[in-house]
Amino acid sequence: MPSLKDLKNRIASVKATQKITKAMKMVAAAKLRRAQEAAEAARPYSQRMSAVLANIAQAVGQDDSAPRLMTGTGKDQVHLLVVCTAERGLCGGFNSQIARLARDHTRKLLASGKTVKIICVGKKGFDILRREYASLIIDRVDLREVKRIGFENADQVGRKVIGLFEKGEFDVCTLFYSEFKSVISQIPTALQLIPASAPAAVAETTGATAIYDYEPDAAAILGDLIPRNISVQIFRALLENVAGEMGAKMSAMDNATRNAGEMINKLTLNYNRQRQAQITKELIEIISGAEAL
Amino acid sequence: MADNFNFELVSPERLLVSGSVSEVVIPATEGEMTVMANHAPTMTTIKPGVVTVKFADGRKDRFVVFGGFADIIPTGCTLLAESAVHVDDFNVDQITRRVEAARTELAQATTDEHKFGIESYLAELTTLRGIVVPA
Repeated sequence: MPSLKDLKNRIASVKATQKITKAMKMVAAAKLRRAQEAAEAARPYSQRMSAVLANIAQAVGQDDSAPRLMTGTGKDQVHLLVVCTAERGLCGGFNSQIARLARDHTRKLLASGKTVKIICVGKKGFDILRREYASLIIDRVDLREVKRIGFENADQVGRKVIGLFEKGEFDVCTLFYSEFKSVISQIPTALQLIPASAPAAVAETTGATAIYDYEPDAAAILGDLIPRNISVQIFRALLENVAGEMGAKMSAMDNATRNAGEMINKLTLNYNRQRQAQITKELIEIISGAEAL
Repeated sequence: MADNFNFELVSPERLLVSGSVSEVVIPATEGEMTVMANHAPTMTTIKPGVVTVKFADGRKDRFVVFGGFADIIPTGCTLLAESAVHVDDFNVDQITRRVEAARTELAQATTDEHKFGIESYLAELTTLRGIVVPA
């Protein structure tokens, strides 16, 4: 049976924890708003990009001059997985969900005799994947110093990926990230970057199948566009990740705050009961002492 | 008076301009071009340079862009810039940083084609610095 003093100390410590989780929740909420705004601001670019890309791909698609980044190497022996996770923990199952998806994918590929290489963007994914597949991780990108993710950060990853592709280090590249659906739901997603899955459906909806003049020629533009598109996709993934991380952190911290509240209630009840018991005991002692006289 | 058309300037971070304009000057890879309404559908890449926008109400605005491409159709023009800033918010450090990055890349480049690409990029950056920064 813990003494009154112990209980008092515990209540104080749980209260302190609750204050911290509450503050973290509020910080996450503020950051979430900013992240959501950033993700929304970036949307027009990636939308237009895929529309334009679909347009050109249609024009160039027929001839063999299409760049290799789009058609792939024709093999699928070596797979590169780019796993984007958060830099910090304390956000529920957010990081482990992405890592689990990547791990299942890796297991499947390894079982069918493929070679797998992994690039980790973000510390948490690296920590989780390192346990099982340390030998497969060829690179990691640290974004902890970055306060606000800019296109340059994504471009750096994109260039790395393209550089590896040009050296023939891999055949297929898949990007793992978490798609931000809402504050309470983030869906871990795998997106194939190389060879690019042509966004054919977009061309239909925009209906812009006008005959274009290309300056310089279409193939050159496409060659310029596709590497850029890869960076844009990575950028979008990173932004979605930040929004998702903050959403997950917010709900995790909300839960923690609520749990702490419940715990405080329980402990306070216990504390009061014991205090009452002690008072009763003391009264009995006094009364029985008085009666004995 | 020329007809107006829709112009959008988008960078990966945000949408900078979206509105009705009468004239846009774009630093295309193969020379500057002025886009007006009813332009033939054109797709072009862009080199680092200054985009001049003349709005429908006669207001003029200038933006510094670093590469990208433009999608021009008779009723509109969309400029997807890799990075775009308003001239007023622009400072020399941004160019200097890029020049340094390009120089280090040049030192590491192995193929002639790659070297040539970076060298012309460097030249464009230097020209741009000459335009934007008053001597």
